[in-house]
Order: sequence, then structure tokens, then C-alpha cells
Amino acid sequence: MIRNSASEMASKLASGEITSVELTQAHLDRIQAVDTDVHAFLYVDTEGALTQAAAVDAKRKSGEKLSPLAGVPLALKDVMTQKGIPTTCGSKILEGWRPPYDSTVVTNLKKNDIVILGKTNMDEFAMGSSTENSAYGPTHNPWDLTRIPGGSGGGSAASLAAFEAPLAIGTDTGGSIRQPAAVTGTVGVKPTYGGVSRFGLVAFSSSLDQAGPCARTVLDAALLHEAIAGHDPKDSTSINAPVPAVVAAAKSGDVKGMKIGVVKELNGDGYQPGVRKRFEESLELLAAAGAEIVEVSAPNFEYALAAYYLIAPSECSSNLARFDAMRYGLRVGDSDGASAESVMNLTREVGFGREVKRRIILGTYALSSGYYDAYYGSAQKVRTLITQDFNKAFEIADVLVSPTCPTTAFKIGEKANDPLAMYLNDIATIPVNMAGIGGMSLPSGVADEDGLPVGFQIMSPVMKDERMYSVGASLEAALLSKWGAPLLSKIPALAGGQ
Amino acid sequence: MTSLSRDDVAKLAGLARIEMSDEELVALSNEFTVILDAVARVQEVASADVEATSHPLPLRNVFRPDVVAPSLTPAEALSGAPAQEEQRFRVPQILGEE
Repeated sequence: MIRNSASEMASKLASGEITSVELTQAHLDRIQAVDTDVHAFLYVDTEGALTQAAAVDAKRKSGEKLSPLAGVPLALKDVMTQKGIPTTCGSKILEGWRPPYDSTVVTNLKKNDIVILGKTNMDEFAMGSSTENSAYGPTHNPWDLTRIPGGSGGGSAASLAAFEAPLAIGTDTGGSIRQPAAVTGTVGVKPTYGGVSRFGLVAFSSSLDQAGPCARTVLDAALLHEAIAGHDPKDSTSINAPVPAVVAAAKSGDVKGMKIGVVKELNGDGYQPGVRKRFEESLELLAAAGAEIVEVSAPNFEYALAAYYLIAPSECSSNLARFDAMRYGLRVGDSDGASAESVMNLTREVGFGREVKRRIILGTYALSSGYYDAYYGSAQKVRTLITQDFNKAFEIADVLVSPTCPTTAFKIGEKANDPLAMYLNDIATIPVNMAGIGGMSLPSGVADEDGLPVGFQIMSPVMKDERMYSVGASLEAALLSKWGAPLLSKIPALAGGQ
Repeated sequence: MTSLSRDDVAKLAGLARIEMSDEELVALSNEFTVILDAVARVQEVASADVEATSHPLPLRNVFRPDVVAPSLTPAEALSGAPAQEEQRFRVPQILGEE
């Protein structure tokens, strides 16, 4: 039952074949059995999940009309507040904090009767590409426990691949939904910036952060997308327009006559041969399905990574100033006569990990008087150039595509001491965040050389998210008929599971 | 090549209110030489005629109607406080003794 897609589970719930309590319990049992090895979860809310599930079952029994995903369980990235439930963002500075309010994403999940199983592991404050920066230890990739599950949302992606949850919430600032999806053989979508409310999403880089759906199929991602998206008066950057019709697009999966643009700069040197091979193969399948493949060029993308590592740290140095030991979270050194400043200094020394400190200091430098124009100012200009590149490319093509990541999952520890090598993981995902457009990653197979999953990225213009779902669904269907079974059916069994 | 000395990093850490050991300051100073070289590439294309983008959406003055809505109670707002007194956050001393 736990290996079904979320929409299959929803059908079985609707027909009465299973109850939400049974389905939720099956996932809690699975978590109990395998999460010691995977470590996808930081907190499992057994009681809350079962209570929520029982309430959905009661509603269904009374004949109430329910939403499409009612009763289906979900894993929530620990960067989203949920009232009364520990929210750490993978950081010691928030250890033990129980937020007094729900994020809008959580409010929407509850409205849709989606059962929240618990909170998933992540790189501290979403800064990282491997989940190794979590203060609570790394998450392991269910395909190979010695490898990283991607990051920052490694916990959410791993929970899907390990069949601990059929749905998850992620957040994507530079690729934190899409890169974990790619390396775990799952689906991850970063909606258009402003498409999903950021209220209650603990901010890292406010002009880049975007919450979105994680799932095992394109249709499941679409169903979750529609459940969480929409305008929110509590988020001034949320778009006040109808949610793109992503479910209809995922159901039709029609690409006939669509122009698909291959971004020349996001392929080639630096991309693993097995990644390139799966990418080429996917293009052939899309062409066979009736799409026209064209090449586009985005010459300024090569500056995206540099601009990102100025903009995101700059915004984070400002956003993370709120962790000052005064109102919530950790407080260290509050002895008689200690000044507020020394308490702040000591708390932030102990509470923040290496990468977070590195980015706060870098951001402080990039924003400081005398360097602002050369660094932050220049990075903002690059952002304009990248957006212009996208605009030109979208004049030629309806969607753009690339491999999601240059490589498959690397070994835990392999890049931990080389920040620049780590940052390169996000080279193909970052441009999307800079322009605020939509991006999806879905599995395109495993690389021949290492047998590990490879991701295919689809990018769509602002508020045209339905386009990436059409293309994703078409490719997913073509790959499924080629393989005969979903990619995750090939994943090795975990010791604790069956 | 841009570089930041140990003392430069110490000054930034002070501004960012993060206590750092000497070992951490030296390590960061070494890393920044490499990182700053990489990020300084933005200057190659950031010419004067390019406008800056601070945000992906062309938004300005987003208002909501001025209507009173439910908000946190004092007890909820204080629920995560490291220390509290008389329905307020208790914080360490802000001004000096003198």
C-alpha cells in the first residue's frame, strides 16, 4: 500500500478500500522500520497524524465532500512552521522551539485534510546541497546509504524514495527541491515565485525562497501544488491571480506542437556522461511524442552561480539577524551582568553551524559600505541579465530543459570541506530562482556508470507552471512504457523494510 | 585577487554578532580568498547600463484593508521566550552600568 502513488492511495480511500488511519499507520510503521538508516525525519508526530487521519475518516463516513488528497499522508520540511510542533530548520539555535502559529502552507494542507506525519531533515536554514549541514546529522540517500540525498530538502526527497511518505513539502532557494528530487529519483517542483505563500516559511533569501510540492509522480505533485498554492494576504509577495491549471496539464500530458528549448549552456563539459545520455534519450522521447526540440542560448547563465552566492548570503545575513536570543530559540551566556550584545554573540556562535556563519559573514561583507556596488549591486545586475536571457529564450520555446544536476549523488563527506565544489551542484537550478520562474525535476533513469538516478529539469515562464506539468507528464508516461515499471521499483530494499 | 585578513573577518563577525575562535577566523579568511574570487566574476558583465533587479516580481505598495483580525495572545507570543517577566520578554542588560 505504501508503494502506491498518492493518487492511487486517494482512490482507495475514496472507494473505502482503506482508511486514512490504516494508511497513516502503515507509513508510521515504515518510518519506524527504516528511518534509523535513512534519517529523513527530525520529528514524527505519531499522535497528531493519527488524530488527523481519524478525523478525515469520520468526515468521509458522514458523507462530507472531501478534497482530492484527503487522508493521504505527507512529510513536511522542517523550515515550515506548524503550530505546537518543533520547528528547527536543522539548526541548534531553534532546538526545542514550538511555533505558536501555522504557516499558510500548513493551513492549506489541513484545509485539504492532508495528514502531516512529521518534519523532515534539511541543511541548516536551507543552506546546502547535501543535508550534511543539518545540526542533527545527515540524511542518507535510500538508493545508497553512503551517498547524499541532495539538499537542502534531502529529508523530504529521501522520505519519498524510502516510501516513508507519498508526498512532501520542500522549499527551493537555489535548487533545494529539484536537486534532491534528481538524486533520489523523485519529482520536485519549484512553482513560480509568489505562487505559494511564504508566510511561516522561515526566511533564508526572501527574493528567492519558494515552497513547492515533492512527490513520486508528476500528477501527485500537481495535486499537491493545487492544494497549497494561491494568493495569501499574509505574504505581500504572493501573486493575486488564479493558480495555473497544473492538475489538468498533468492529466493530459500533451506536448504535440510544443517547442522545447534545450539550454546550450546547461549541458556539455562538467556534466557526467551518464547524466548527458539520459538527457539526450529524454529529448528523443519528447520529440517522438510530438514536441519540437530547439536549441536556445543563455549566455549570462554562467554568471548565475556567482550572483547567487552574493544575493542569497546578503539576504540571509539580514534575515538571520532575527535569531538574537531575545524572543525565542536558544539563549547562551545570560549570567548576571552579561550584556545583550555578549549574549547575542555567544548564542550565535553556538547556535549556528559552519556554513550558516560562512554565508552570514559573506553577506555582511557584500552589503558593507564601500563593497556594496562591486558585489551585491553587480549581482543584482546579473539577475537582470539572466531574466533577459530567459525572456529571449521563451520567445523561441514554450519551455526550457536541461539536466537538473551535473552529476548523480556523491558520497557523504566527499565535498563537505570544499564550499565551491558543493556550490557547483546548483549550477543548472539557480537561474530559475534568479528569474522567479517555475522549475521541475523528474527522474529520467539511472546513469550507466553508477546506477544512480538522474534528473530532467523543465523550466516554464512566470505563472505558466502548467507547461512544465504537460511536458513532465508526457516524458513520465513515455519512460514508464519504456521501463515497464516506475524507476523507484528498482531501488534496493532497505534493511528494516520488506 | 581580493582577500580578507583574519582581522577583517573578525570585524565582520563583530558586525554580524557572532563570537568566533581564532581558528575559525583564520579558516574563514582562507576560504574567502577563494570564494570572493569566484563571486567577483559578476563584475565582468555588470556594466553601468544594466539595471539592477532586487526582486522577481514588479510589486509596489501591497496593502490589505485596515481591518482588525485575530492575532497571537500574549501567552502565545511569549511561549518561546528564553526568559519572561510580567508578560514581557526579559532580555539581558542593554545599556552599561555607568
